[in-house]
Amino acid sequence: MIPHGIEVLWEQRDAMLAGLATTLAIAAASAACAGLLGLLLFALLISRIRAVALGLTWLIDLMRCVPFMLFCYLIYYGLPSFGIVIGNLMAGIIALTIYNAAYIAELLRGAFAALPREGIEAGQAFGFHGWRLLVRIILPPVLLSSVPMLGNQMVQIIKDSAFLVIIAVQELTFAANEIQATYYVPFASFVCAMLLYWGLCLAVEGGVRAVVAMAEVRR
Amino acid sequence: MGTGDYLALAAGAGNTIAISLLAIAIGTPLGLGLALIRWGRVRGLDGVVATLVSLLRATPAVTLVLLVYFALPTVGLEVPRFAAGVATLTLGSMAYNCEIWRAALLAFPRDQLDAACAFGMPRGLRFSLVVLPQIARAALPALVNEMTLLIKVSPAVAVIGVTEATRAAVRIGATTYNPIPPFLVALAIYVVVIGFFVATQRMLERRHRAGLFA
Repeated sequence: MIPHGIEVLWEQRDAMLAGLATTLAIAAASAACAGLLGLLLFALLISRIRAVALGLTWLIDLMRCVPFMLFCYLIYYGLPSFGIVIGNLMAGIIALTIYNAAYIAELLRGAFAALPREGIEAGQAFGFHGWRLLVRIILPPVLLSSVPMLGNQMVQIIKDSAFLVIIAVQELTFAANEIQATYYVPFASFVCAMLLYWGLCLAVEGGVRAVVAMAEVRR
Repeated sequence: MGTGDYLALAAGAGNTIAISLLAIAIGTPLGLGLALIRWGRVRGLDGVVATLVSLLRATPAVTLVLLVYFALPTVGLEVPRFAAGVATLTLGSMAYNCEIWRAALLAFPRDQLDAACAFGMPRGLRFSLVVLPQIARAALPALVNEMTLLIKVSPAVAVIGVTEATRAAVRIGATTYNPIPPFLVALAIYVVVIGFFVATQRMLERRHRAGLFA
């Protein structure tokens, strides 16, 4: 049974690898966009515009109570109601981006809150303010100290991308499901998918460890 | 959306809560068991548990639920959808809880154990009277956080046809051609359920803190 499954998977390796490539592309694109959007939200969160910061805090807290799958459906079915027509893949990337940007903004805010104030006050005393204060003084230590948590969020993005199977995005889980449905080898195909996800997550963890080690050396 | 739709959503919410609570009730002690295996450095099992936990933590719930539901029948185990859903969420919860319990165990002061040993306390009592009450308190915030994460991945069981809150909303949207209202109701359900867990945790922590200073 299992040797047969492995044989089938080997024959279908192109489909599986295509799924893996799609998962990788989705995760990379969403992570990049979510990172940028998260940075922007973080900047607004710590800005002096109280009403914006307060409203955003409320929205982010709300987002953290929503299951990703439900949010994905909301984007997929909701955007067309506003006249925005997009493909499944695009809807998936948009959903992953917005959802994870909220979490990234929140974890950056947490790292910012744990930061000693003196550095920022010194920066202000030297005439840094607004955009330049954020980019030159605040962001470097905030980003450095949140590398492990950003890594966790990357793992979360990879895992959440499997939910996109519900809107028929042809990623890794979709590919595994197609193969099991056609050749009836559920065990081999899903275990293979799990091992590939595992590999991706271990790679992210390794990357985080390398960055943290590099930061230690430079400190 | 008619009355029937609201009832369907309520039934879906009931399923979401039932599946999540079952997975929490089974997964939390299982996670503790795995953490104890790693803490006690049980030879042979230690490495197996570490590998299993790492693999499960990297696996998306959707993939795992498909594996459980489709692969078990090939070895002669016909499982109903609901049970497959509970089993999947339990596996994930077990893996995450193992790490939480392990962190609490590693932070546990060793000298208390030595003291209990010196008084001739047997192993079981040492664990249930000295270690467990303290690590349970230390692990509580992380455990509740994990419970809210579990509720958030629980819609994954919809892919094998369990009608929980999200799937109930999808079905209503498909019949009424107006998907947004049922999704917003489902969203409100999740906010209330997850909010309840967070509020309970805050209350328990306050009570513990009050007890500490009383």
